[in-house]
Amino acid sequence: MPKPLVKSGAEIDGYTIGECVHAGGMATLWTVTHPGIDVPLLMKIPRVSEGEDPAAIVSFEMEMMILPRLAGPHVPSCFGTGDFAHQAYVVIERIVGTTLYKRLPDLPLPYEEARQLVAGIATALADLHRQNVIHHDIKPSSIMFRGSGEAVLIDYGLSHHNHLPDLLQEEFRLPYGTAPYMAPERLLGVRDDPRSDLFSLGVLLYFFTTGERPFGEGETLRAMRRRLWRDPHPPRKLRADYPPWLQEVVLRCLEIEPVWRYPTASQLAFDLAHPDQVRLTTRSERMKRDPLSVAWRRRFNQGVMQPRAKADVAAQIASSPILAVALDTEEGAPELNEALRVTTERILATLPSARLACVNVLKLNRIAIDKTLDEQGSNKHVDRLVALRHWATPLKLDESRLTAHVLEAVDPAAALLEFAEMNSVDHLIIGARQGSFRRTLLGSVSAKVASEAACTVTVVRPPRMATAKPGAGVVWG
Amino acid sequence: MLLAVFSDIHGNRQAFEACLKLARAKGAERFILLGDFVGYGADPEWVVDTAMELVAQGAVAVRGNHDEAVNSTAESMNNEAQIAIEWTRGRLDAAQRRFLAELPMRVEDTDRLFVHSEASSPQRWTYVRSTTDAAKSLISTPAHVTFCGHIHRPALYSMSVTAKMTSFVPRTDVPVQLLRGRQWLAVLGSVGQPRDGDPSAAFALFDTVSCQITYCRAPYDVAAAASRIRENGLPPWLADRLSQGR
Repeated sequence: MPKPLVKSGAEIDGYTIGECVHAGGMATLWTVTHPGIDVPLLMKIPRVSEGEDPAAIVSFEMEMMILPRLAGPHVPSCFGTGDFAHQAYVVIERIVGTTLYKRLPDLPLPYEEARQLVAGIATALADLHRQNVIHHDIKPSSIMFRGSGEAVLIDYGLSHHNHLPDLLQEEFRLPYGTAPYMAPERLLGVRDDPRSDLFSLGVLLYFFTTGERPFGEGETLRAMRRRLWRDPHPPRKLRADYPPWLQEVVLRCLEIEPVWRYPTASQLAFDLAHPDQVRLTTRSERMKRDPLSVAWRRRFNQGVMQPRAKADVAAQIASSPILAVALDTEEGAPELNEALRVTTERILATLPSARLACVNVLKLNRIAIDKTLDEQGSNKHVDRLVALRHWATPLKLDESRLTAHVLEAVDPAAALLEFAEMNSVDHLIIGARQGSFRRTLLGSVSAKVASEAACTVTVVRPPRMATAKPGAGVVWG
Repeated sequence: MLLAVFSDIHGNRQAFEACLKLARAKGAERFILLGDFVGYGADPEWVVDTAMELVAQGAVAVRGNHDEAVNSTAESMNNEAQIAIEWTRGRLDAAQRRFLAELPMRVEDTDRLFVHSEASSPQRWTYVRSTTDAAKSLISTPAHVTFCGHIHRPALYSMSVTAKMTSFVPRTDVPVQLLRGRQWLAVLGSVGQPRDGDPSAAFALFDTVSCQITYCRAPYDVAAAASRIRENGLPPWLADRLSQGR
């Protein structure tokens, strides 16, 4: 392997090396410039000399394969890679600022701040998972934030890409990663379940809100394996004022069995964005860990963690979408609302992990000041929430899969589009108002939503009435 | 340069035509033929003639076990394969048989190796079924990338400098960069008789500059190829299995 040629002022493939900004165990980071690229750049160079950990090379190979394929605001843009044949490197965008690691002295954070931080990270994870990548090293030092607010996930050396060979597959006898954050199934060699990242994010949320790591800092395999059967202390035991909804979210992320966690990062982000709608279960009430008898049963009942069939990241995410149905509870014709329910029911029937958001827009006047109370004095907002839930009752959805939202807006189409965008809605179902006077006058909400939404939109119409033949009305009788 | 790699055509004209057409449309500049031109399918003459033309134009071709069986009775095969190869023998003229007999067992081209089966002892026609087989093959050559076929199911193996193996079932149309730091074994699916559950014809494209391999599938007229097999009185299972891709 050739010796690294890197020093300040040197040039590699047109990149001029600046200063070394970080020298870690696996790699060094240098600022670089390139004519024609006006974004701040970093060059990451692996340590490959004799005696270095071979893991450094393999991790670097994974980054070289994965980084050029990633896109979007939640990952660093990749500008180029260099091969081990000459000088191995990747050039990525330099994200200004520091990682979340710098926040450790401030822990525990206020609940609201932690909620916003972790919601941002969950959104970033959802975007990464949609690109068929599982990060596998979610921890404070892998997370940065852009000036514009988006979370950015860095360091893909331990990641798994569902469409690429997994070079770490047989590389290490022991699971490789950051012990306090590692999901239990990783200890059994499972590398293709995106919910492993949700576990790590749960560890981070627990840590950031309590100041303590749920599984300690033990690095030995024995200490790490304890999480296969021993549940962490409920956060409410550590902080008396811990909100039950937050404990519900944290403990759901930290479930030992991946299927008991959130099915997708989008669904976790959704709950963090709507804490008042988190469905509370016994998780939220727990004040102490499971009794030892239960933990020991888990420990010696290895059925808990059976080897599973190879998972497909995309298929799993696709089976757990966020659906939203836009309902007009006030003026919507009963047959249209019924047709919407039938369509929604059919879509939900094939997607047992989907969740449904029922959305209604309370239209505000552009000029007049709106009153919260209607003529009869009852609260319009509350009335509509009740109506939405009433509409959804026949769907018989588990409470944890159903939420209701009343948006207040002047422009209903814009409000629905924003809701879909903010909540990573995968599929929006909306009714078309048939031949309504208002539609003729104001334009169609469903047409605007269907043409401008980033997600799939289904426009529902009530079943067709028998149409008269042209001119029939004249002849009959 | 963009290479198009085909293996296990097995006398299936419809499948081979579809692959050639798709590969040319995707910009293939050079053709690599990994053997088993004949056997099973009902158009061995057309396939061998086409291979001869491609080789005359610079294509690389190596020998497969069915190609060898045309000229030798020593090769042991299952019953259906034996019936098909005996039928094939009667169809090929002397020039076609000579072409098959003179094919090399392996071809090295810069840092690439082309061979029909596991490369450590090609004349034994060993299947690459596992990382153990793949390791044996990779240890036997300094080549950066080895291309082989024979098993009719696509796979991609790699070996690191510390001899750690990886195995992977490639996704259709997703390019994979074959990194320089390790050796790779690209196992091709079959053009003429896929056995991975997908009846469409399998081949791969390899970009020698970017070192990216892309596994491709070409849909083709399976019914036509199957009825050719039935018309010629070959074992019906050879026709039936085409539509099932197994």
